[in-house]
Amino acid sequence: MTDSCDHLFRREAGRIVATLTRIFGVQNLALAEDVVQDAFCRALDVWKYRGMPDNPGAWLMTTAKNRALDVLRRQRTALTFEPELARHFENAHALEPAVDELFDEHAIRDDLLRMMFSCCDPRLPEEAQIALVLHILCGFSAHEVAAAFVTTHAAMEKRITRAKKTLAGSKRLFDTTAAEQCSTRLPAVHRALYLLFNEGYHGASPQSAVRADLCIEAMRLVAVLLEHPSVSTPATCALRALMCLHASRLPARIDATGNLSSLFDQDRSLWDQPLVREGLHYLDQSAHGSEVTEYHVEAGIASVHAAAPSAAETDWPLIVSLYDRLMAIRPSPIVALNRAIAIAERDSPAAGLAEIRRIADVDRLARYPFHHAALGELERRCGRFDAAQHHFRDALALARSPMEQRFLEQRLALCL
Amino acid sequence: MSDFVFLYRGGERPASPEAAQQVMQRWLGWMKDLDAKGHLKDQGHPLERSGRLVKGRQKSVTDGPFAEAKDAIGGYTLVQANDLAQAVELSKGCPIFDFDGAVEVRPVMKMNV
Repeated sequence: MTDSCDHLFRREAGRIVATLTRIFGVQNLALAEDVVQDAFCRALDVWKYRGMPDNPGAWLMTTAKNRALDVLRRQRTALTFEPELARHFENAHALEPAVDELFDEHAIRDDLLRMMFSCCDPRLPEEAQIALVLHILCGFSAHEVAAAFVTTHAAMEKRITRAKKTLAGSKRLFDTTAAEQCSTRLPAVHRALYLLFNEGYHGASPQSAVRADLCIEAMRLVAVLLEHPSVSTPATCALRALMCLHASRLPARIDATGNLSSLFDQDRSLWDQPLVREGLHYLDQSAHGSEVTEYHVEAGIASVHAAAPSAAETDWPLIVSLYDRLMAIRPSPIVALNRAIAIAERDSPAAGLAEIRRIADVDRLARYPFHHAALGELERRCGRFDAAQHHFRDALALARSPMEQRFLEQRLALCL
Repeated sequence: MSDFVFLYRGGERPASPEAAQQVMQRWLGWMKDLDAKGHLKDQGHPLERSGRLVKGRQKSVTDGPFAEAKDAIGGYTLVQANDLAQAVELSKGCPIFDFDGAVEVRPVMKMNV
């Protein structure tokens, strides 16, 4: 999985909006967005006729910078800047060098970080934080964010507008140079990026069961964290490890016939080995300090799978113990379900079934198709085909994409 | 072969970065295709949306735009085709039609007639 030029505009949008917001002030987020759109239209106009330049990213950035200078010259006195910037903008002649400095590659990287932390404001619900990250930093339109999260355009538009209002009302962008504040906010940032990645990996998007784009974006943003020593913590490394190890399996999740393939059936030779190696490297890096986060444990589980030549040859006892650990750190019915599946592998399908029945809050899984699918699979292995069929039919009724549907139909067919 | 000018009128602004990406890729593809088939004489230029209109004996100067924004000319391209019918066919590949725009196809007058 590599970054490509296919999403140049989306990618640059995030960098440019972050920088312009820093310049114009967070309360002028809308102005920053207008300037970006303007710059993009100009670039398009020229490129349509003359072709893409050698360095289109730099071209976009320069166009945006010139537009920003225009705006500053016209509206400088009307805008409210952050005190440290206001000083630079006082003198009209010094405007250009001051803006040049703010468009420096390092400054832009800091702006991205600042914006990421600002979006993950605890006053916003988690789903609004993720929507904001996708919209502002990843350049997704409200429509695209809505598609990724299977909600209506109108609902997403509303959520984003409201979140932007909160952000713009915060008066100042998050100060990433304040070490203490930064480490307090970091877990929320981790969480948002983790959820973003998960949405791509396990997402319910009807178009495709795997929204690789979301995974790529989440990984790109974690890479931004890793570039900043102050937030490149062991937990950040663990998060990166977890994402690399999961993403390494993406090429095998869809088989040759376009169907979803479970971990048990995947052609493991398709796993992306460079990503596995990168994941293991970061897992290694994450093993410092005393804090063990859920990302450490999840990356640990993923690394056990990565090391196993087949499902049967997997170290299931180790996986079960890691799930025990995860349940202690961040218990959830989904984690409990995965733990039960690992117990089925370690002990027996019957033991797995017993574990699933023992899950607290099991009703929270009622709408989750893979809960019913897991019951079906284990019943089938116990030889109780009637019960298995029943569960697979429940799962089918909840399938969120044609791909999930075909997958579940195939499992059902095995019980007929 | 005769020369024709394609005048691009109107066209929506892309609503999102991804839309901009798609517009660009489709235009690049279209231009490349025209070129590969030997129809592209000059890929032309985009025009600024702003300008001045100088008019009358008084040479009065007014601001653009000169037409409704939806009809404003955004740029031009010079193509070669056997006849007007072929030029029109070629213009139909332009991505502008999916973005509420139009192509005006005008034969370049031949000097030696």
